[in-house]
Amino acid sequence: MKYVTEFRDSDLARRLIERIHEAARKPVRLMEFCGGHTVTIFRYGIRKVLPPGIEMVSGPGCPVCVTANADLDRAIALARLPKVILTTFGDMFKVPGSCGSLQEAHAQGADVRMVYSPLDALRIARENPDRMVIFLGIGFETTAPTVAASILEAEKSGLENYFVQSMHKVCPPALKALADSGEVRLNGLICPGHVSAITGSQAWVPFARDYGLSCVVSGFEPLDVLQTVLMLVRQVEEGRSEVEIAYRRGVTFEGNAHARRILDEVFEPCDADWRGFGVIPGSGLKPGKRFERFDAAEVFDVDAGPVVEPVGCQCGAVLRGVVSPAECPLFRTVCTPETPVGPCMVSSEGSCSTWYQYGGGLEV
Amino acid sequence: MCLAIPAKVLSVEGTKAMVDMGGIRREVSLMLTPDVAAGDYVLLHCGYAISQLDEEEALETLRIMEEAGILEDALAPMEDS
Ligand code: SF4
Repeated sequence: MKYVTEFRDSDLARRLIERIHEAARKPVRLMEFCGGHTVTIFRYGIRKVLPPGIEMVSGPGCPVCVTANADLDRAIALARLPKVILTTFGDMFKVPGSCGSLQEAHAQGADVRMVYSPLDALRIARENPDRMVIFLGIGFETTAPTVAASILEAEKSGLENYFVQSMHKVCPPALKALADSGEVRLNGLICPGHVSAITGSQAWVPFARDYGLSCVVSGFEPLDVLQTVLMLVRQVEEGRSEVEIAYRRGVTFEGNAHARRILDEVFEPCDADWRGFGVIPGSGLKPGKRFERFDAAEVFDVDAGPVVEPVGCQCGAVLRGVVSPAECPLFRTVCTPETPVGPCMVSSEGSCSTWYQYGGGLEV
Repeated sequence: MCLAIPAKVLSVEGTKAMVDMGGIRREVSLMLTPDVAAGDYVLLHCGYAISQLDEEEALETLRIMEEAGILEDALAPMEDS
């Protein structure tokens, strides 16, 4: 219990933990899909306060980590094009591709700029009419609508030098691939909170109905996660597999239908390559016909060279929940946040960097 | 990456809004949440409000977030850019 002292309202946390201990009879294995939840779980030492029968497994919900090397290589090649300004979320900057990262390309003279929002990329495009500004569209259903909105704004304002290289992915197909593979047996799923803010908790109904997974949508505070674990344990104990929402302040069953309309207006589904999973049909998003002129994949022809995977890196298996970061022989020895071998060590929500930062690898 | 933080909408002008995030003011887009009005709470992600929040619950989250120091982390990339 002392591991939740960083959280001030420890009384409520303590009560939740007690209730979880009371409720847990059978062994249960729960996966947190989202890297944001992994961070909460480790930052507040949640694994350590749960009964030994509750096993937590980290899932593939880190958009940076699941980006395939071929896509990273293409981004780096785009950044090296003359007259291009490549804009990206900071998380992508240091991720190593087959040879080098955006950071290294930047050091060698490529114009790579970190932005907080696609709105910043639009502004950079307006301020640099003689340059071509490419935004690296990365992220799940939470982020993709914001990038779709930026494309609509570019269209509306007649901006001709703004492009998006879409690496966007949607979560349910990856979760289905994970469930179908049977590699990890799960009882319950901590469903992503901010993906669900857009999709609604309805997105997880097939997993409860067809796969018998108990599903609870969680927020990102320690109390949110504890409440979610309690709800999941109760479902499993009572033999229920339903979709419930612990994160009621931010998520509804329907989600944000308006944001989904904008997403569907701009993007259409495509196949996408996921690190650790390979190509998953219909799991990606690319700009539709009307928006082809904004699609960097259509507009720019680059040769990214051969794809080389980092030797010895277990990121793929880590993302599938099959091995834990500490089981990777490179973890902490060769691979550290300063000298990352794979993306799971770079991204702030990657399992390896989370384990490294919060000491998850010290006990296994 | 999918982190979104609660913010209070101070004023709305068309599809733009001025919001307050734990004492910091910022202009955000309401393109994804057109029904939001001044006084509402929203979840903010990458410069866009992505959903509306229940106000009582939002205040609670904000308080918890301030205490847990998560707000500063979420804002860090903005200072870099
Ligand atoms: S510790 Fe490093 S090398 Fe090992 S799986 Fe994680 S990122 Fe890859």
